[in-house]
Amino acid sequence: MSSKIISALYDDDDVLLKAVKDVRAAHHHIEEVYTPFPVHGLDKAMGLEPTRLAITSFMFGITGLGFAIWFLNLIMIEDWPQNIGGKPSFSFAENSPAFVPILFEMTVFFAAHLMVITFYMRSKIWPFRNAENPDPRTTDDKFLMEVAVDGNESDLTSLLEKTGAIEITVNEKKH
Amino acid sequence: MGHYEAPIREAIIVGDKTYHDVTVDVAAPIEGKANKNWWIAFTIALIAMLWGFGAIAYTIGTGIGVWGLNNKINWAWDITNFVWWIGIGHAGTLISAVLLLFRQKWRMGINRSAEAMTIFAVFQAGLFPLIHMGRIWNGFYTLPIPNQLGSLWVNFNSPLLWDVFAISTYLSVSLVFWWTGLLPDFAMIRDRATKPFQKKIYSLLSFGWSGKAKDWQRFEEVSLVLAGLATPLVLSVHTIVSFDFATSVIPGWHSTVYPPYFVAGAVFSGFAMVQTLLLIMRKVSNLEAYITRVHIENMNKVILVTGGIVTVAYLSEFFVAWYTGSSYEDFTYLSWGAATGPYWWAFWALIICNSVIPQLLWFKKIRTNYIWTFIIAIFINIGMWFERFDIIVINLSRGHLPSTWAQFSPTFVDIGIFLGTFGFFFVLFLLYARTFPVIAQAEVKSILKSSGDNYKRARDAGEPSPKVTPPVIVVEEGTEPIVEIDSDAKTSSLLESLGTFDINTQQPDNLKKVKGIGPVMEKTLNQIGIYSFNQVSKMTSKEYDLLDSITDSFPGRAQRDDWAGQANKLKS
Repeated sequence: MSSKIISALYDDDDVLLKAVKDVRAAHHHIEEVYTPFPVHGLDKAMGLEPTRLAITSFMFGITGLGFAIWFLNLIMIEDWPQNIGGKPSFSFAENSPAFVPILFEMTVFFAAHLMVITFYMRSKIWPFRNAENPDPRTTDDKFLMEVAVDGNESDLTSLLEKTGAIEITVNEKKH
Repeated sequence: MGHYEAPIREAIIVGDKTYHDVTVDVAAPIEGKANKNWWIAFTIALIAMLWGFGAIAYTIGTGIGVWGLNNKINWAWDITNFVWWIGIGHAGTLISAVLLLFRQKWRMGINRSAEAMTIFAVFQAGLFPLIHMGRIWNGFYTLPIPNQLGSLWVNFNSPLLWDVFAISTYLSVSLVFWWTGLLPDFAMIRDRATKPFQKKIYSLLSFGWSGKAKDWQRFEEVSLVLAGLATPLVLSVHTIVSFDFATSVIPGWHSTVYPPYFVAGAVFSGFAMVQTLLLIMRKVSNLEAYITRVHIENMNKVILVTGGIVTVAYLSEFFVAWYTGSSYEDFTYLSWGAATGPYWWAFWALIICNSVIPQLLWFKKIRTNYIWTFIIAIFINIGMWFERFDIIVINLSRGHLPSTWAQFSPTFVDIGIFLGTFGFFFVLFLLYARTFPVIAQAEVKSILKSSGDNYKRARDAGEPSPKVTPPVIVVEEGTEPIVEIDSDAKTSSLLESLGTFDINTQQPDNLKKVKGIGPVMEKTLNQIGIYSFNQVSKMTSKEYDLLDSITDSFPGRAQRDDWAGQANKLKS
């Protein structure tokens, strides 16, 4: 594996998308693509796996629901059953209609927050983290594709030129 | 192309914007200096806020007795203001969540500010139940945590406690939804920042967002799932607020129509407040290109629908009050007794502001007019405050026994706290408008090609799309481009139609002036034998195709950018 990486800068999302397809068709390894906004279809073009965050969210929601059932039962039925307004708390089933709002809120609370935390952890974004986009223009209007050099560097460079890149730079790999 | 949008849909980004223009326009209020009007508005808001804090301190120090509450009317302005603010706090999440699920692109111009409004409004709303406790330091009793009273727990059968859970969930979920959407935009500000302090702050706020493809994929999934979660959440919040009343036995409160009617009312008032704020903001922050007549009209349509729903609810409440024949029902807030009783003015304020005036929006002339929209929105804000005032005060003012009949008059403390929440709200909003990217610029860029006016115009006329970015001329070092021109036959046939150019006798033009021709492409063209604007201007689709087949570069690009047309202008 070579330690060099080529960055190709594009100024149009459609050009970038085409370029990603071309580079992949030529069997080069795309390390990363930095874009200022979500380019639809880019993940598929790059061959990225679909994200499973929605599934985690579902599981977190189930957890929240389970947690709410547990604590409502503990608080209202087991630990200190009260007769409020002539509506005694004898069993969870009898009281459950009154618990629906809390069950729902706790489900949403867990599903939303834990999913967002998972997203931040997986994507490594949190306060005091330094940005990794190599060119500040990639949050403005430019699109940057990093391709690992594997074999002939000039072949790859000319391929990238043909895809409509406006700037091509060769860098040593940092990591 | 994938950017097609039906021509019948009006452009929602006007002014021929490029991606870079969006960046500049959104960053401008943050990078510029505040003008005099901002400082005046901020000072007034700050004074009102401090006045309100003083009134709150006085309330807590002395007791709830400083309010105008009496034995019978034990809820009044406090809960009116609470429900009013929480209702306003419904538009933001509705816009960003429900409209996302419905794939409404126009949400992108307004969702950021609407969500900011939501969060700031929920802050104000949350103040009222807290200070209404009187002994605010006992506020933690509302949480299911073991306390010094042994294991005396909270009562989960009570809608007031449901409120605590619903509102805290709503506030916190809205906040992370908002913040997650802000990350790419903070990153944009960070990467543009020139002052070190600014750079530091926005680096911190952006959580190191880099815009990697995988992160965007997750970002979009998270946004979608959060929207899916926030949609039932936003409906649940005002449903539960309505339970505060609907589960009681007070005539006028004990009503099964409350949950849907409260939700519709909340959306109604929330959109009215969004209109009020954004109509000013689009002017002050120069965002007319992103918050257009289409946005205003669409919001007015939502107002018309939700206003219709509340009007139907009013009519049914009024009808039921009459139809029961119950003398107690004749004093509920929507009854003949209320319309002619001591609170007739509050009754008619509700009817006129919420049901009569918004009907003007049926006229397209009016709902697409900024001034009219602003005036109507103000009336709705007032009307929705009166709705809550009527529900609470009119219903409580007539008990089952005439001896319990009472009137309410607010004290200066009631008024002071209400004004204070206005001040607090506008302090937050004004600070937000100066420091936050007030348009979700990353999202707006993603719809620029489908909904920008220049793109729509070009597509409708069958012309090549305008460039999304201004041309950059960069000369690369170290990487000498070599494009092999292998097909001599094609080259000669191309030059045949374009005319040949003698490099020894004629002066070559700077072809990079043509948008879409970079330094690499220029060299390629030169290799083929194309040097002058004159040659480029003769290109037609036949030559474009030939050129594409020779260079193997991005197909259709030359045609899309209309090189010939550009060169035609340049050669003169």
